[in-house]
Parts: sequence; structure tokens; C-alpha cells
Amino acid sequence: MTTFTKDAVEKLSASLNEPAWMLEFRLKAFEIYEATPMPTTKDEAWRRTNLRQLNFDEFGPSINGDAATDAVIPSYLGEQLTTDKAGGNLLQIDGVTKKYNLSDELKAQGVIFCDMHEAVAQHPDLIKQYFMTKGVQVTEGKFAALHGAFWCGGTFLYVPKNVKADAPMHSVLWSENGRTFTHTLAVVETGAEAILMDEYASAEGEVPGLHNGVIELLVGDNASLVYAGLQDFGQNVWQFNHERGRVGRDGKLDWVTSIMGTRLTKAFQTLELDQQGAWGRMSGIFFTNGRQHLDMDTEQIHNAGDTVSDLLYKGALKEKSRVVWQGMIKALPGSQRIDGFQANRNLMLDKTARADSIPGLEIEADDVRCTHASAVGKLDEEELFYLMSRGIPRKTAVEMSVQGFFDPLMRRIPYEGIQERIFGRIVEKIG
Amino acid sequence: MSIALEIKNLHASIGEQPILKGIDLLVKQGEIHALMGPNGSGKSTLAYTLAGHPAYEPTAGQVIFGGEDLLEMEADERSRAGLFLAFQYPAAVPGVTLAKFLRQTINSRRQAENPEDKGISIPAFRRLLTEKMDMLGIDHKFAGRYLNEGFSGGEKKRVEILQMATVEPKIAIMDETDSGLDIDALRIVSEGAMRLYREMNMGALVITHYQRILDYIKPDYVHIMMDGRIVESGGPDLALKLEEHGYDWLREKHGVVEEA
Ligand SMILES: Nc1ncnc2c1ncn2[C@@H]1O[C@H](COP(=O)(O)OP(=O)(O)OP(=O)(O)O)[C@@H](O)[C@H]1O
Ligand SMILES: [Mg+2]
Repeated sequence: MTTFTKDAVEKLSASLNEPAWMLEFRLKAFEIYEATPMPTTKDEAWRRTNLRQLNFDEFGPSINGDAATDAVIPSYLGEQLTTDKAGGNLLQIDGVTKKYNLSDELKAQGVIFCDMHEAVAQHPDLIKQYFMTKGVQVTEGKFAALHGAFWCGGTFLYVPKNVKADAPMHSVLWSENGRTFTHTLAVVETGAEAILMDEYASAEGEVPGLHNGVIELLVGDNASLVYAGLQDFGQNVWQFNHERGRVGRDGKLDWVTSIMGTRLTKAFQTLELDQQGAWGRMSGIFFTNGRQHLDMDTEQIHNAGDTVSDLLYKGALKEKSRVVWQGMIKALPGSQRIDGFQANRNLMLDKTARADSIPGLEIEADDVRCTHASAVGKLDEEELFYLMSRGIPRKTAVEMSVQGFFDPLMRRIPYEGIQERIFGRIVEKIG
Repeated sequence: MSIALEIKNLHASIGEQPILKGIDLLVKQGEIHALMGPNGSGKSTLAYTLAGHPAYEPTAGQVIFGGEDLLEMEADERSRAGLFLAFQYPAAVPGVTLAKFLRQTINSRRQAENPEDKGISIPAFRRLLTEKMDMLGIDHKFAGRYLNEGFSGGEKKRVEILQMATVEPKIAIMDETDSGLDIDALRIVSEGAMRLYREMNMGALVITHYQRILDYIKPDYVHIMMDGRIVESGGPDLALKLEEHGYDWLREKHGVVEEA
């Protein structure tokens, strides 16, 4: 089996017919990968996530061409999200495009929506400018470097200046071989607007799988992006993600994350408000069961004054699953009149589950308003009785109550079809 | 077929504390009973025990509803069998809209009859909801609000009766529906309830402290509860007598010591 070697980097790049500059980028990232030790529980960010059980080298990279051509994927994936407006659809299996379309209207407006390899070939200047330069850096950690070296597949969205793309882009990354290294890069230029729904999923499998992803969301001045990253991998998958959104002057980023799957997820999610008037909202929806382990590190960084960040992560936990949320709001000196909020609320459906909420503030300005809250709760028996007293069976009452817990966040996902689907998964998980 | 709620020597406790100490009451469809009594005498406890709240434990006696042993049923089965409780203090259900909730109350009934049932269609449900909301003077925008979350006291009470109108029970218990309603709302809600009682030939147990609601919902019988027992039963004039004289004469008559 090919594993993570320099030779494998070259092989991957060759199989993708990449230009020399991308190979160079990969090799540099590989050097950093090699020079960076595997994180252990002695590293602060990894204190609550132990990788001892992970036999890392066994995974190896995803070399192009091993995607199953006859993969059976759920029919709803890759469908258009709205009936009235055609936007863009992109379906990839193991990082290889299987289905693709973009409306003529959006094309005419100069919107680029394609897979990342296509973007490297067709839009090298944009990729050189934005790929792991402003968002996530390969130096951020072992897994960011690994991704830089072995990334494969993913989604590129570029919305030119002042273009308001009113139809959604929908990207689906299905994994069949259990090894994906997809990269999402969204660039929304000054005054532009876009909606991107980004789904990651795989069937349940026996053999351990790996997802090593990067998400970069770059929102220009006066621009707006609604982004929903929806993950539903099988519980055989280990996921290591680095994600960063940046927002320019008076820009808006509405960022929703839904996590249903994986054996283990470690995600670093950072929101940077770079210019005055920038606004960012991070919404997290997760449901863990069995022995799932979910560890999220979030940061809201106020690099300028008069910026607003608002984070709310809500989860339901069952059985022996464990959730860690560690959140940090940072304000640089001089970032005055900022408003930062972070909250994590967990619903414990079983006593055996465990949740840790660790909010934090690093504020170096004085005229700021920063608040945080975290809470764990159980199902409310009075609420359940009330529902039952109207003829609703207990099982349905529990489902309604759990759905109700998530409802305010679910409404932030702009498509009812997707909301319904996630609600459906939640009901399945309640069991 | 006309059914009845038949309570025989019912005793019930909250935790170790006995509250109901032998209640006998027969409420038939088509009859309106008022239940009055001082604070803490056990009226809500009776209501909760009948509705099947898990914290209220029946310790002796029997309740027969439509020929079945009510106390053996789960709370949801009791509701589907045709018993309804309009709560004195309705719970909030965050994240579940009133419309979604009402639709589920209808669908749960249909699916209990036929597990294959796909539920009421959205247009049919909308029509039904609009009609009932208009009857009770409830603003349509409440349909999209989370159930009872941030509702005022009176709004909650109206919504309780809206639920009653939606599920169309055979016997309803209204626990102090009048408290919290303003004068106009009391009339609208009482008249709405009265219309339902008549149209559906419902039976009702109306718990109240005041004659006011009984001006609209005219009881056939009035019962007085004290210290976990029904100590006096009579016609509508009994409520008027209470209004005038209070409870002292009853305490004396039945040797009930007033609680501190
Ligand atoms: N959860 C509880 N734990 C302990 N005691 C309780 C509980 N709920 C009710 N009680 C007691 O049971 C008794 C009866 O209460 P209940 O609510 O049935 O009275 P009520 O007749 O409905 O009064 P009101 O007219 O004020 O509504 C009271 O003494 C009350 O304090
Ligand atoms: Mg009461």
C-alpha cells in the first residue's frame, strides 16, 4: 500500500497532470508534514483527543483513479436544491467528478464553480492567489500540512465583484474508498453574494477511513456568503479538518456546520473578521452516538473594530459518545467596539455520554462586549408529558423535543429539503 | 356512543404525600360539571392524575373511561381515547411551532388508527387551523411561534382551548382556563368552548375559583373540593352561594381545618 511518502506526492500530482507550481506546493507542504510531529495529548489543542488507536500510515493517500465508478450513492445527493432556480451542482466520488452542471446564467455572470483540479488547470492565477494562502496555512499543524501535500478533489467557487448569485451551489463529496482529502475554496469578491451547500458523506464501512479536509471561505468587502458544511460520513471514518473564514469590510459570513458522522472528528474552525463592520455567524449542529468522538476548536478573531461574531453550537449526545468544544474569542489591541458571543449547549440523552465545553476570551481591547455561555441539559419531562397529553406517543414526543432543540439553528440552513434531511438523520439517531 | 368518566374512591400521592383522599365523580358526555375549592385542595392534582402525569401516583380507587381502566393507560392513550386536559400552567415546548405541534396531534390520532396513514394534508390542515383560530380570536401569526414560548398567560389559555378544538375530545377538564384571560378573552374563549361542548356533545369538568366563567359555561352540577375530597355537590346555585359566603361555612360543616 502506498503511504504518505514524497514518492506518493509526486505520483499523485502526476496522475492529476498538475502544473509544476502545484507539485512544488505539495512538496513544500510535505516537507512541513515530515518536520511536524504527530500531535499527542501533551499538545494543548489535542489534550482531549487521543490518536493512539489511529494507525495513521495504514490509510495512505487517495491516488486518482481508484474511485469506484459504480458507487451506489443516496439519490438525494447531487440533486438541485431548488425547483425554481438552477444554480450549480457538483458531485464527486473520492475526489473525482461524476456529475457537474452550472446554470448558463451564472456562467454568463462570470461565476466559477468547479472541482479543484479543474480550477488548477483552468484558473491558475486565482488558485495561486487564494489556495492555502489567505485562509488555512500548511504550517498550522500536522494535518494541514498533510492536506497541502495530498489534497485531492474538492470544490472551487469564485464569485466576481458585485455579482449576486441568487441560486445556490450544491457540492457533494461522497467517499467510496474511505480516503478523502478534499479542499473547498470559496472566494466571494467585493460586493458579491453566494450560497454554497457543501456535503460530505459516505456509507457505513468496516475498514477505518480517513477524511483530511480543508475549507477556506474568503468573503470580500461588502460581500456575503452563506455556507453550510454538512458532514455525514460513516462511523468508520476519522476526520481531521482545518477550516477558516475571513470577512472583509462590512462583509457577512453565515457559516453553518452540521456533524452527524465519523468515528472521530477533530476540527479547527476559525472565523477572522478582518475589517470594520465585518459580521460572522457560526452555527453548529451535531449529534453523536455509539462511541463517536467529536472535538471542535473554534476561534472568533476580531482583527478590526466594530465587528460582530456570533457562535452557537448545539449538540445531542447518546450512549458513550463524547463531545469537546473549545471556543476562543480574540480581540487584537485597538479592536474597539466589538461584539463577540459564543455559546455551546448540549442535550445529554444518556448518562454515559460526556461533553466538555471550554469557552475562552483573549481580549486586548477595552471597549468590547464579549459574552459566553455553555449549558448541558436533559430532555424536559414536563415538556414530554405535555406533548403526550395531546395524544402524541412518547417516541414521537422525544423526537419533537430533540428537533425543537435544534430548530433555531436548523432554520439557518437556507433549504428546507436539507433541513428535513438532517432532521431525518437526527430522528434515525434517536432510534 | 356516549361515554363517561367515572371516578371511584380515587386516592393519589405526590411522592410520599397523599393529596387525593377518595374522590367520587361521574362526568358523562353532554354534562358540564364545575369543580371549585380553596387553593391547595387538590383540584389540579385530580386533573394531572387523570391525565396521567408520571409524578402523580394513584394509590387506591378506580377510574373508568369509556368502559376502560383509565389508570392503566399511558398519557397519550388517554388523550387519544378522548380525554383532554386544558392545563392551569401549560409547559413551553421550545423549537416546536404551534402549527407543527397541532398537526402532530392530529397525525398521531390518525396513525394510531392506521399506522400507514400519511397524515393530514397541508392545505386541509391550514383550513382547519384558520377556522379554529378565528373562532377563538387567535392571531394567525401564532401558528409559526414556538409553542407557549413567551406567550402571555392569557395567550397560553387561548391556545389550550385551540388544542381542545383541534383534537375534539369527548370529555375535557379545564383547569382554571379563566385565570389570566382578560374580560373580552374570557367571553370569546368561554363561548368557543361552550360551542364545542354543544356541537360535539362533550362532557366537561370546569375547574375554577370564580362564578364569572360559569356565566358563559353554565354548569349542570357544581362540586366543592376540600383537602382532597369532594365535600359538597349541588346545582349552579352552589357556585353563587360560594361567591357570596366563601368557604368557611363548608369548613365548619365538614370539620376541615384551614391550612396555614
Ligand atoms: N410536586 C409537588 N410536590 C409536593 N406537593 C405538591 C406538588 N404539587 C402539588 N403539591 C401539593 O398538593 C396540594 C394540592 O395542590 P393542587 O395544585 O392540586 O391544588 P389546587 O386545588 O389545584 O390549588 P389552586 O386552586 O391553587 O390551583 C397542595 O398542597 C400542593 O402544595
Ligand atoms: Mg390548581
